[in-house]
Amino acid sequence: MLGALIRKNAYYDSVTLMLISQDLKEQAGVQEVLVGMGTELNLDLVRNLEMFSPELEPVGPNDMFIAAKFDEQQTSFQAIETAFDELISKKSADSNGNYQPPTLKSALRQLPDANLVQISIPGQYASAEVEEALNAGLHVMLFSDNVPIEDELRLKKKAVEKGLLLMGPDCGTAIINGVPLCFANAVKRGKIGVVGASGTGTQEVTTLIDKLGEGLSQVIGTGGRDLSEAVGGLMMLQGFDALITDPETEVIVLISKPPAAAVAKKIYDRAKTSPKPVVIDFIGGDAQAIREAGAYPCLSFEDAAAKAVALLRGEPVQDQDSLRMADSALEELLTAELGRLQPEQTKLLGLYTGGTLADEAMKFLGQKTAIYSNIPLSPELALENMPAAGGHLILDLGEDQFTRGRAHPMIDPLTRSEFFSSRVDGQTAIVLLDLVLGYGSHADPAKAVVQSVLEARARLAREGKDLVVVASVTGTDQDPQDLGSSTRTLKQAGIIVMPSNAQAVRLVSRMMEKMHSGAENGA
Amino acid sequence: MALNDLFTQELKVINMGLESFHDELKSQHVQTVQVAWKPRAGGSQKMLSLLNKLKKVSSSKEKAG
Repeated sequence: MLGALIRKNAYYDSVTLMLISQDLKEQAGVQEVLVGMGTELNLDLVRNLEMFSPELEPVGPNDMFIAAKFDEQQTSFQAIETAFDELISKKSADSNGNYQPPTLKSALRQLPDANLVQISIPGQYASAEVEEALNAGLHVMLFSDNVPIEDELRLKKKAVEKGLLLMGPDCGTAIINGVPLCFANAVKRGKIGVVGASGTGTQEVTTLIDKLGEGLSQVIGTGGRDLSEAVGGLMMLQGFDALITDPETEVIVLISKPPAAAVAKKIYDRAKTSPKPVVIDFIGGDAQAIREAGAYPCLSFEDAAAKAVALLRGEPVQDQDSLRMADSALEELLTAELGRLQPEQTKLLGLYTGGTLADEAMKFLGQKTAIYSNIPLSPELALENMPAAGGHLILDLGEDQFTRGRAHPMIDPLTRSEFFSSRVDGQTAIVLLDLVLGYGSHADPAKAVVQSVLEARARLAREGKDLVVVASVTGTDQDPQDLGSSTRTLKQAGIIVMPSNAQAVRLVSRMMEKMHSGAENGA
Repeated sequence: MALNDLFTQELKVINMGLESFHDELKSQHVQTVQVAWKPRAGGSQKMLSLLNKLKKVSSSKEKAG
């Protein structure tokens, strides 16, 4: 039985509606339900789920709708609507009933000394709000994506003129004055300042600095397009300058995918005159050019964190280029883990929620073998080119193609659970994954991963097979999810937990070498 | 506000969009206000461009006056 309703001009944010959809799905008799704003994307989803009914014809993008498929023996559409109203009013009550002003201008009357605006509204509306914030002299954290690049350039120029931060668009992480914004971790305050153009890369570096016992002064995000030729690195340069003059900052770390050549040159020129040591992780960037600029190039996020800490402490700066595990312990681990696999289990499956972490894994493992991906290192390795017989695969589950109509997999672990069900098969030997903790992320991502691993193992056990799972956790003990307890949860389920993504990747590389040599010897 | 001035101030945030971000800030005792944001002009592009024109006219009148 199908049911649907529209509420004209009722606006709720997408995460709120997605979470409510999930709760409604758990009601008895509800087979499928989607609550959303009436955008084309959401209506496509309704059609794909075969839930489109005539009641939905007049829906517009500013209307909220509920579409449901249910068993009329067990429930009714009326009951689903009532449950929705209860959930949404509970959500409002959680927000403690404080008055919410309708515009930025009226919000400023309520908090006149506000200094930063955090914006996560749909991208097509974001530029106007950013402009108003900058005009009011406010710094901006812009989480929204789908903002036109011309707008980004124009607004960043305005921000630079006014001496303001415009972190974004598509900026997922920043820590200003010790306050984590959007997706960021609870790290110690300290003397290392970071400017990052890639979100989970920045989270990995900052949490590893925390694990090494040091802290962060400021963590400034720029958004992924900042170092493109079009935007010219405006915000990275602005942030870099701010950290150079910031008395709390003693060491500076810059993080980005390889920038456009002209932008890289500007950054190197600035690094040459920096009175403070600069560590640059351009994830596969030109190490020689970085050295010539008097800065320190990096092999991984882990290496960036270690170098920044060494520089701060006046210790020798060394490359972190190996697996930190004694040979005997490694051999024992490889024998025990790989010994549980059958000969036809040879494939690697990487299921990442952090795009930059997936990229780091591919850059390392891809040197030795072909890794297919939805964010491939080269076009021939695109997911759609993977041979029918299978191949090694690393997925960034946060890409738009996998998140249609649902929240990012760092918020909603269901996406990864589904990939465990659909992609782990009798050929899979190793699953490599990340767990990103911190503010903004799911309350207990470890539990969701463990459940997926147990289900996959039970399924493989019916064929007499098992699975090796290697994880790393980006987080700290101060994070709401707690690094220590998340790690224990994973380990108790037989998941190998490594201290960083780089270490997890290096371990997997050794496993793949061993499997390969074993196969050759066996042949 | 110069950029480095921000680093010496207490961070106070206006949040526009996902309420979960607002809730996270509150849980850290950061002063924050949530905007009950809705698309301007009900999301109508035509109405929006009319409003922008009106805004320009009124701001140029203010300047002239």
